[in-house]
Amino acid sequence: MNRSLRPLAATATIFLLAYAAATFQYPGMLSTRVLGNFLTDNAFLGIAAVGMTFVIISGGIDLSVGAVIGFTTVLIAVLVMWAGLHPLVAFAVALGVSAAFGAAMGAAIHYLKVPSFIVTLAGMFLARGGASVLSPDSIGIKHEFYTAVSKSYLLMPGGGRLSVVGLIMVAVFLAAILLAHRTRFGSYVYALGGNETSAALMGVPVARTTIQIYMLSSVLAGLAGIVFSLYTSAGYSLSALGVELDAIAAVVIGGTLLTGGYGFVAGTFIGVMLQGLVQTYIVFDGSLSSWWTKIVIGALLFMFIVLQRLIFTASAPNRKVLWKA
Amino acid sequence: MKLRNLSFALRPQYAALVAVLLINWLLFPGFFNITWQDGRLFGSVIDVLNRGAPVAILAVGMTAVIATKGVDLSVGAVMAIAGAVAATMVTAGFPALLAVAAALAIGLACGLWNGVLVTLLDMQPIIATLVLMVAGRGLAQLVTEGSIVTFADPVLIFIGTGSFLGLPTPVVIALALAVLATLAVRRTALGLMIEAVGVNRSAARFAGISSRVLLIVVYAFAGFCAAVAGLIVAGDIRGADANNAGLWLELDAILAVVIGGTSLLGGRFSIPMSVLGAMIIQAMNTGILISGFSPEFNLVVKSAVIILILVLQSPMAARMVARKPAAPEPAAARRTAR
Amino acid sequence: MQTATTDAGAPVLQARGIGKVFGQHRALDGVDFEARAGEVHALLGENGAGKSTLIKILTGAYQPDEGEVLLNGAPVAFRDPLQAQAQGIGTVYQEVNLLPNRSVAENLFLGHQPTRFGLIRKSVIEARAREVLATYGLEIDVRAELGSYSVAIQQIVAIARAVELSGKVLVLDEPTASLDRNEVQRMFDVVERLKKRGLAIIFITHFLDQVFALSDRVTILRNGRKVGTERLQDVTATDVVRMMLGKDLAFEHHPTGINEGPTGPVRVEFNGLGKAGRVAPFSLKLHEGEVVGVAGLLGSGRTEMARLMFGVDLPDSGQVSVDGKPTTIRNPAQAVAAGFGFCPEDRKLDGIFGDLSVRENIIIALQAKLGWFRALNRDEQDEIAGQYAEALDIRAANHDMPVKLLSGGNQQKVILARWLAIDPSFLILDEPTRGIDVGAHAEIVRTINRLREDGLALLVISSELDEVVAYSNRIVVMRDRELVAELSGEDIAPAVIVKAIAENNTGAA
Repeated sequence: MNRSLRPLAATATIFLLAYAAATFQYPGMLSTRVLGNFLTDNAFLGIAAVGMTFVIISGGIDLSVGAVIGFTTVLIAVLVMWAGLHPLVAFAVALGVSAAFGAAMGAAIHYLKVPSFIVTLAGMFLARGGASVLSPDSIGIKHEFYTAVSKSYLLMPGGGRLSVVGLIMVAVFLAAILLAHRTRFGSYVYALGGNETSAALMGVPVARTTIQIYMLSSVLAGLAGIVFSLYTSAGYSLSALGVELDAIAAVVIGGTLLTGGYGFVAGTFIGVMLQGLVQTYIVFDGSLSSWWTKIVIGALLFMFIVLQRLIFTASAPNRKVLWKA
Repeated sequence: MKLRNLSFALRPQYAALVAVLLINWLLFPGFFNITWQDGRLFGSVIDVLNRGAPVAILAVGMTAVIATKGVDLSVGAVMAIAGAVAATMVTAGFPALLAVAAALAIGLACGLWNGVLVTLLDMQPIIATLVLMVAGRGLAQLVTEGSIVTFADPVLIFIGTGSFLGLPTPVVIALALAVLATLAVRRTALGLMIEAVGVNRSAARFAGISSRVLLIVVYAFAGFCAAVAGLIVAGDIRGADANNAGLWLELDAILAVVIGGTSLLGGRFSIPMSVLGAMIIQAMNTGILISGFSPEFNLVVKSAVIILILVLQSPMAARMVARKPAAPEPAAARRTAR
Repeated sequence: MQTATTDAGAPVLQARGIGKVFGQHRALDGVDFEARAGEVHALLGENGAGKSTLIKILTGAYQPDEGEVLLNGAPVAFRDPLQAQAQGIGTVYQEVNLLPNRSVAENLFLGHQPTRFGLIRKSVIEARAREVLATYGLEIDVRAELGSYSVAIQQIVAIARAVELSGKVLVLDEPTASLDRNEVQRMFDVVERLKKRGLAIIFITHFLDQVFALSDRVTILRNGRKVGTERLQDVTATDVVRMMLGKDLAFEHHPTGINEGPTGPVRVEFNGLGKAGRVAPFSLKLHEGEVVGVAGLLGSGRTEMARLMFGVDLPDSGQVSVDGKPTTIRNPAQAVAAGFGFCPEDRKLDGIFGDLSVRENIIIALQAKLGWFRALNRDEQDEIAGQYAEALDIRAANHDMPVKLLSGGNQQKVILARWLAIDPSFLILDEPTRGIDVGAHAEIVRTINRLREDGLALLVISSELDEVVAYSNRIVVMRDRELVAELSGEDIAPAVIVKAIAENNTGAA
């Protein structure tokens, strides 16, 4: 098997085994109702994690996504409740702002030649600070559009509800899979993560691609903010605290190499679902406390980092040889 | 030697600190007033020192890590763990000193874990320490069982809010730690070895330096410093808050080190300058607070400071500076080849 | 030395009077070069001879300071390698510059993938990749990761990409350095095919036998100048080695009379030291007050031998004894503890600490040997640094300036001072005089002689034949990662060494 598929296979196996064990204990977990909640509750995380997948495949990291989500919720609340804009207009403005924000971070990373973590760290401060400057307090959003959206869903067989936000996440994943594997942009992202020098020599437009990658990540974080806003009907500068870490964990657990070059958008989906499973299990169990989520995710993260090291260092000499002495 | 001290006094960091303090003074004329009351000093400047102490302590440990070309993202989470351990132990009836010792030992163990991942498993520092950054707060909550554990233990409260020789205890601890750490790296060969590994790890190997033990020690020390800072923060609020103790302070610590002039690419470092960097950050925080902005506005200012530093340190800026005075590089070369 | 027109086609790529200066170092001086359609033109020279600078100018990575580059007779100035590639000059580097994490097909067509509605047409790419590789005699799964194939296959894919995108000139920069014999033969078949297709191929290598096996003409560079261009049918391997290593070495004899056998007791003894794939097991004794020179071409295993001795690489066989006592050396720290010192070939990468001061660079090995807690204080550091800076005539404005501001020769002396400060009993110098100015060069040769008189055992690796001959008591010759000859007495003469280096190569041609 292709070695880059191995961590993905491991994740999928772990997810299936864990899900089987959980449903064995709590048969109620095997229902489209639970699945629907899975998708709805993790929609914002999933969308942000898609952007993070591209960033990590390219060899970078984006610590600003949680802050961009928080900023977007506040911006939308301010535009809708104070400026009286229609939510859809507010959404467009929010996506535009986050695109410009990401492009600026990408440009800084490329042209200032600084590690992505420090630039996106500044971005995180800026977005969180900007959000609280807009409004330090939580703003509730009351608008018929929000009520309409929260009431719409697709009914799945078995009574599960696929909400609008869940649907958006699924659509984002499908589009991102095409983008990663079937476009030149996607191939450039992998190229940058493989070896930036080689990529440049092979004609990859490094500056443009870097800017686009961080723009994509911020736009998706903005979209995640819209989803979060729809999900909570509020805007708060401290919402989605620490989501960047959950997103990074989902990406890595989904089989993407933290050092870049290898990974799958579909794997990130499983990574997000695995996190959702842990949370749902803890809710079903009732006696376990919520902090176990962080510990289990940290342990999974560690396990996958070690697993990747083993796979990618041990299998290097194992090359196909067509002719031998 | 005298000349060196002079150039030390002329660094831009001093100018920055003086500028921030002056702005604070303009905003709040009583800024430099210090009063003596109940056997200790009070005043805004003392407050800056006191509030800045936890970040200064983190920065002491972070300096050595960054000097080796690494970074430790987990110190905020380690603070939470240390605070949780100490608080839980004193509420369970253990003697305070034992609780403090256990918290420090846990911090050291967390640092060792990071060091082992970085050296033996050869992980990138940012990735290795990310694991504990993610899981650490969960572990702290596990210890406190999710609640904020409050305590009335006089020793822990003294660490957080007491005073010693008229100064707040956190300031004394930070000062002592900074002085001891500086002596430890400069009076032994440790500092030179750290710088050598940070500048060129391969050359360090060729020169007979074993970098593994060195790196493990450096990360363990960062973990220890985080535990000390965690104790102070817990003592200050008389409780351990696993969710919020030390939140984002790893980033403040990194920022303090960078403001202090240690490059993220490793090499030359100065612990006193990092402490100064922490004080600059805290003076800005205080200034923003007294001028009536929300504390979160700090974040905007901090990001502006990071961007400014990045631009100033970037190769682009170096090129622009190099272009103005006619070709300084050949001049330097000529001087050396004299 | 210029040859008349050969039977090959018209010149495709020409360089006229190329000069290039880096700081104070003149890398190229008035070099002419041409590659013709349907010929393989080898470019030879030791490290620092200027071949990589010339190649970088021809492929657009550098711009020449003097002279011009012509493509099909018209002057060209490439901004970067991409532009050179677009105009027909493709390059394949020693370290495969492709993406091991992507599929073979994607590596062939990255940036040029055919798309429909913005989506890449994977099946089209894969079919075309199979088609293209078939013309190179390669039938592999083009969907598999490039990194899962051997280096030889990766090289052929790299060649295919370069030819598909460029198609006039193919530059092969040490493409065979990490290939085994069969793989090299496979690569040669590919090159022959391309030659027949009318490409001009420039072949850079340090394997003489491969030059003779594959090339039509050879151009030899030395110290930034062209020594000559020859048709290979007109010359022998010995001629080529002589041109590479310089001077007319014909019957020059050992000049100094230091060639009488070793006198002092044995200082270090290596017995059957070796590492598979790096150096075949070798045995060597070094005596007090003896300089053993190591001769051999680049890639012959000279540096690898030194790295094993110093514990940089872990040997998988053999023992070491120092002053008659068995000693374990598994890392450089143990080597330093045993009294070894090593001035590595790549000063910048493995030698100097650029940001640290001259003083710190000099005392660092001694400090590492003393340990963390026996720190040298400032006065002791100043004294040691001052002492060795004076002894070696290190020219620095002061000893607190960063060592990176010093010239190459002074940096080399700083590293030498670093090892002298630990009072070593055995010192390895790998190319100690490469890339430094004449004055520093003479200083280092004088120092080698002085250290011998002080009773040190020295192992000196150098490409400068006359230099090795001048200071060595004995000379060992490396070839194909094997110690093939040990010369002493009357045999320490350039002609003998050249013969030993070239021996098997002539036959292989």
